[in-house]
Amino acid sequence: MTGPAPGGPVPPPMPKFAAAARPALADTGLRRTLRGATATLRERTAAAAAETADWEDLREAGRAVGEGALLGLDTHLEELERAVTEAGGTVHWAVDAADARRVVTGLVRETGATEVVKSASLATREIGLNDALAGMGVTVRDTALADMAVQFAGDEPSHLLSAAAHRDRAQIGELFRREMPAAGPDPAGDPEDLAAAARAHLRERFLRAQVAITGANFLVAETGTVVVVESEGNARMCLTLPETLICVAGIDKVVPAWDDMEVFLQLLPRSSTGDRMTPYVSSWTGVTPGDGPRAFHLVLLDNGRTRALADEIGRAALRCIGCSACLNVCPVYERTGGQPYGPVHPGPIGAILTPQLRGVESAAVASLPYASTLCGACADVCPVKIDIPDVLVHLRGAVVESRRRRPVPTPEMALMRGLAWTMADPRRHETALRRGVRWARLLSRGGRIRRLPGLLGMWTEARDLPAPPAESFRAWWNRTRR
Amino acid sequence: MRVALSVACFDDALFPGTGRAVTALLERLGHEVTFPPGQTCCGQIHWTSGYHREAADLARAYTAAFAGGDVVVAPSASCAAAVRDAHPKIARAARDPGLARAAEGLAVYELTEFLVDVLGVVDVGAYFPHRVTYHPSCQSLRTLGIGDRPLRLLRAVKGIDLVELPAAQECCGFGGAFAMKNADVSVAMVADKIRHVRETGADVVCAVDGSCLAHIGGALSRLRSGVRTMHLAEILAETGPS
Ligand code: SF4
Repeated sequence: MTGPAPGGPVPPPMPKFAAAARPALADTGLRRTLRGATATLRERTAAAAAETADWEDLREAGRAVGEGALLGLDTHLEELERAVTEAGGTVHWAVDAADARRVVTGLVRETGATEVVKSASLATREIGLNDALAGMGVTVRDTALADMAVQFAGDEPSHLLSAAAHRDRAQIGELFRREMPAAGPDPAGDPEDLAAAARAHLRERFLRAQVAITGANFLVAETGTVVVVESEGNARMCLTLPETLICVAGIDKVVPAWDDMEVFLQLLPRSSTGDRMTPYVSSWTGVTPGDGPRAFHLVLLDNGRTRALADEIGRAALRCIGCSACLNVCPVYERTGGQPYGPVHPGPIGAILTPQLRGVESAAVASLPYASTLCGACADVCPVKIDIPDVLVHLRGAVVESRRRRPVPTPEMALMRGLAWTMADPRRHETALRRGVRWARLLSRGGRIRRLPGLLGMWTEARDLPAPPAESFRAWWNRTRR
Repeated sequence: MRVALSVACFDDALFPGTGRAVTALLERLGHEVTFPPGQTCCGQIHWTSGYHREAADLARAYTAAFAGGDVVVAPSASCAAAVRDAHPKIARAARDPGLARAAEGLAVYELTEFLVDVLGVVDVGAYFPHRVTYHPSCQSLRTLGIGDRPLRLLRAVKGIDLVELPAAQECCGFGGAFAMKNADVSVAMVADKIRHVRETGADVVCAVDGSCLAHIGGALSRLRSGVRTMHLAEILAETGPS
């Protein structure tokens, strides 16, 4: 048998966050698009939370249910497998991305299909499924509007919910006109026109598709149900029309009971788009003769999640329900967009999830926990109360610990150790302070320092530092009060 | 009341006026101020940069320096936040129950919390006839939750023309090591912050965190904007020609 090795493509090396952010920062149009989109969503979600009287109780319930689900994950997963199997579906376990690609490409190959329809899914992005399928000659049709735009443009997605958040309407209109000439929308990129054009284009593809691949927002263990929450209805088409349905989801998507959906279905729409309910909430359980797909496969993906689960502080990230509220309030994301965070998980949640899933050995992934001022705006809005700054600091600790094991300390490590050694003793500190002040005053002119050497030079690239006064506070105190 | 003053390492060297202003202010209100000489740094920089072992050493030194039992007042929201919020976490990461107990034993207040909640004063008798805007730093706002205490204190200042800062709650982009490691994003953030400061027409922008003020002030200074930064305490310490 021919066909590509299911190991799939090796992702290209990722640059560090600071370097990856530079093009985005310089892109005026992107900055405007992001500023507008995040501001609108911030307002809408804040209003939705404000009008919900028991919002804080709901968040607390979301936190508690999520934490409970993770603590009992082993039993919930077994229950899920049982329930899916009883309902006529098949559960596949995938330890990592390569394993998951192998399972899915194998399932698609068995059907003989040459084309699959797909709805938006982070898990399939995480395992690099599109490329793996393309590599075996299968055409992948992404069916969410934003994913279509990304696919047409050959871009990387940039937002959890709206993969094309980095493109404005006119650009998307242009892409659609180019790629779907028959159904071309008007040049202004009016949203309704775009949607109508895409609908006409997609309808025919849905009807002829043999295989559909979707993600899942939630997996209900007790009933074996896949729950998909979406705005456009394309995922519902995927769930219902094709013969074979393959659903790929992280093991962290499991919730114990159907009743838990009550909490999450209130939290998710309000936190993601500011709506009280998302237009399409579909739940799908196994196979039903005469209705919907004849084969249902659930691929459960670990890919670093059990490692994250073992980390008492880090595992909070696995509670994420993918609402993207943390992206929309993040002052860093607002200026850089999603791409500098790497190919899968953007924004503050990406900064705490990616390092846990992929490990912090690479410099690029290790730069993610540092891509935050720790301002805390994300933790304020997270509907399941993930303390993102807390996890960021924890992961920074993991980065430093991993660097301690290297034979030669980095300049930063030498500096930080030296600083701590000096400051741990008042007398050493005082001597160093006196020297530092004298040294800094030599660098200053007219009361300000315009250029600093070494690591501190990054500060003075665009900001001055005041020259320290000749007398420190403690010197003043000792002179006047002692 | 006897108050142990905690001065941020940063302020000690760069902004000694902050500690002097707090001393003057609290003495004017009739309290005794001490400066425990063993203090150096709360460990925040090391903690947030990931140097957790070093942060534990510094936290131990800090709690030892302030073990005297006096109420601790820190005119730096991020230091107060580090001591109150981070020290227990540092102790946990270092598996040091002794440090955890010592951290728990400290009563640390950020300056405006101390004035409003402990002393119960809002009008401290200050006079400052200038146009002022206030930047609520992230640590003061989110970690400590000091709310509008600084604004209440400022509103009671005689002669002041207090103007609201647009998008006040947005981070200035400092974030400790972030300002260096992600200098470009940091500058993009402070650019918006100083645009908002300029929009108010204020002569002075104040805050309760020297580090944020150094950042905002550093950008204002580079652009020769003519706007000054001051710690809130320096405004509260000013008295009129009476
Ligand atoms: S971390 Fe919280 S706010 Fe961010 S996407 Fe996940 S659930 Fe939403």
